[in-house]
Amino acid sequence: MEDIYAAFATAAGLILNLDGDLLEIIGVSLQVSLFGVGIAALVALPLGGAVALLRFPGRKILIVFLNALMGLPPVVVGLVVYLLLSRSGPLGMLGLLFTVTGMVIAQCLLVTPLIAALSRQVFEDLWVEYAEQLRSLGAKPSRAVFTLLKEGKYSLLTVVLAGFGRAIAEVGSVLIVGGNIAHYTRTMTTAIALETSKGDLALALALGITLIIIASFVNALAYLTKDVLERYVV
Amino acid sequence: MSLINLLRKIKITASMQVLLLLLLLGPGTAATAEEFITLSSTTSTQNSGLFDYLLPKFKEKTGIDVHVIAVGTGQALKLAEKGDADVILVHDKDAELKFVKKGYGMERREVMYNDFVIVGPKNDPAGVRGLKDAVQSFGKIAAAQSNFVSRADDSGTHRQELRLWEEARVDVKASSGKWYKEVGAGMGATLNTAAGINAYTMSDRATWVTFRNKADLELLDEGDPKLFNQYAVILVNPSLHKNVKTEAARQFSDWLVSPETQTLIGSFQVEGQVLFHPNAGQAVTAK
Amino acid sequence: MHSLISPKMCWNATSFELPDTAVMDSKTRTDAQNPGSGILPLRLTNVGYCVCGRRLLSDINITFSPGGNTVVLGPNGAGKSLLLRLCHGLIKPTTGVIEWQDSNAGQYRQYQAMVFQRPVMLRRSVAANIEYPLRLNKVPKRERQQMLRQALETAGLMPLAGRHARILSGGEQQRVALARAWVLHPEVLFLDEPTTNLDPSATRAVEEIVMRFKAAGTKIIMTTHDLGQARRMADEVIFLHNGRVLESGPANEFFTQPRTLEGQAYLRGELLC
Repeated sequence: MEDIYAAFATAAGLILNLDGDLLEIIGVSLQVSLFGVGIAALVALPLGGAVALLRFPGRKILIVFLNALMGLPPVVVGLVVYLLLSRSGPLGMLGLLFTVTGMVIAQCLLVTPLIAALSRQVFEDLWVEYAEQLRSLGAKPSRAVFTLLKEGKYSLLTVVLAGFGRAIAEVGSVLIVGGNIAHYTRTMTTAIALETSKGDLALALALGITLIIIASFVNALAYLTKDVLERYVV
Repeated sequence: MSLINLLRKIKITASMQVLLLLLLLGPGTAATAEEFITLSSTTSTQNSGLFDYLLPKFKEKTGIDVHVIAVGTGQALKLAEKGDADVILVHDKDAELKFVKKGYGMERREVMYNDFVIVGPKNDPAGVRGLKDAVQSFGKIAAAQSNFVSRADDSGTHRQELRLWEEARVDVKASSGKWYKEVGAGMGATLNTAAGINAYTMSDRATWVTFRNKADLELLDEGDPKLFNQYAVILVNPSLHKNVKTEAARQFSDWLVSPETQTLIGSFQVEGQVLFHPNAGQAVTAK
Repeated sequence: MHSLISPKMCWNATSFELPDTAVMDSKTRTDAQNPGSGILPLRLTNVGYCVCGRRLLSDINITFSPGGNTVVLGPNGAGKSLLLRLCHGLIKPTTGVIEWQDSNAGQYRQYQAMVFQRPVMLRRSVAANIEYPLRLNKVPKRERQQMLRQALETAGLMPLAGRHARILSGGEQQRVALARAWVLHPEVLFLDEPTTNLDPSATRAVEEIVMRFKAAGTKIIMTTHDLGQARRMADEVIFLHNGRVLESGPANEFFTQPRTLEGQAYLRGELLC
């Protein structure tokens, strides 16, 4: 119990004092997760739309595969990316292991299946409503995907935020690929793991509380954007 | 073309892009511009705060940033084998010599030592307090079948622990899952587990002293020369991996064994205790 | 009673591409775009449609000729919507052939368009909704502005052009759907129960717009179960019952001397089963 009280006090202290190290790891966390999810969304949303609207051989297998990949353990993604980026691996010459870019790649791979699988469902539901109308107006499937992307942007935003939630919260892949290097690749979650291993549970929990606050802030920002757009731009 | 189209389609992503670009100019990029070497080392050196104390001084002197990947000795050696580190600082002499012999590393130099300690429940059910004999302590723990948490992660500490069990003629594999708990984790996580179930374990002194979640655990046995723990720095052989920054790594290695740095190491204290004893260029204290 | 088959089933029943009834022949696109050249008549020969063994339409043999409004009449479940979907090309007939005079008609949406009973408004402004098919068909920007303005004016939507389509009333939405379907000046416009659930004034507005389309040279083929509307608008009637065409001919003939017992009963307002 003491640890929990101490954690809240520490968290408040960290945030109110704008602790430099804390700001740094928050920056790295946001940078890695926003980039990873942003790039993943660029790939996964059209992919989800294509899987929903197009009929091709192996489509059902691909859907099952994407759904299964949603549960991919981050550690496995981390391991695969590590082996790829290692100096002895096929992409070793790029020198991306233990860098922020490497972590972005790992998180991108981690959330792409999640966004693709969830957005496929959104696209399919929209398609039930829009299919006849869009086909009647002469939209080809490739065009219909983009139209639905716009029509369903708020549902799809929620999907992207789910991807962001998974990315910002995971420790497995960023720890292996980033290496938890102080002032360089240390993120909120790897810092939490480190403090836990030092037995400083209060500080670890304080960082966890801060992580939740940051995640809430990002979600609130997205929600606010949606609200403003809905009201003034529609 | 289609990417640009897509961006235009979703205004939200567009505004996110701006945010992303802003973040690009954030923290990570500054560090990449500087010269750095990657050091793979053990959790004990990292968790004790030794690197936070030493590395800024090295950077001040040479301008070189040191990126520390803190893992177990086994994994640290593996990273170096694959060419993912430039220099290593670890503590498992047998494995180190093998590493150098196989041609993965070169210029092994001893830097400092600390020691392992046996910690356990305050009430000490196996009665090992103050024995100053690690082998006897382990024998008593096995005889009493008291819970013992092993790191079981192929780290230097784990290998040292296994050697002691062997000397005590205890077959821990047979008791795994009973009183002998293999957690496969770093020192800190292992101590957390031991604190949680009030069990014995063996830790390096640095991690133990700086560990904050001791609960009912106490330091029970120490001082056996068999518990001495030698750290050495080894350069990764650049003939296997072209990317290895040997020059900067050698600068770091030279600096570690220099008299000034040795003095710095000796004066590093946590809670009034000296955690690492410099011994570069001296005969090995233990063995 | 949106349709006899759900859009999803429709989707499974056919490919995405609207059927090219024949390989594109020597007739060029520009030739066909010219209203004078004509995609009509539209001939249905022995057309039948089954879903899971149930025959929903059988032995349909009709020809839609240029000029005049054709109204498809019949009780609920007669197969009216289905017939329109088949003609429009959203689904393929199980048996028989549907042929346009110009074989390109199935391919280019500007030849023929459709307004659904419950049109789907895109989440954007009225003007953007109407502009959507123009963008799809890559109409050059200058022409696009002009066609958009014309459609807005014809449907009386100028004052609503900047409003969000989804927050309009049902009657207003139906007018947007009409303008959107007509904006490319199709030769044929299919209307599926365009005034269901609309109040009298909205119904009147819709009817007026449809008559304006007709006056501009568009052939109207519509379904309705509102006899009053059929009397007001029809030049030609097709009477459908249980998936079969029972009568087809000039409207005044059908309304004054229906040839079948079912037609007589329908006009008397009796329930057919």
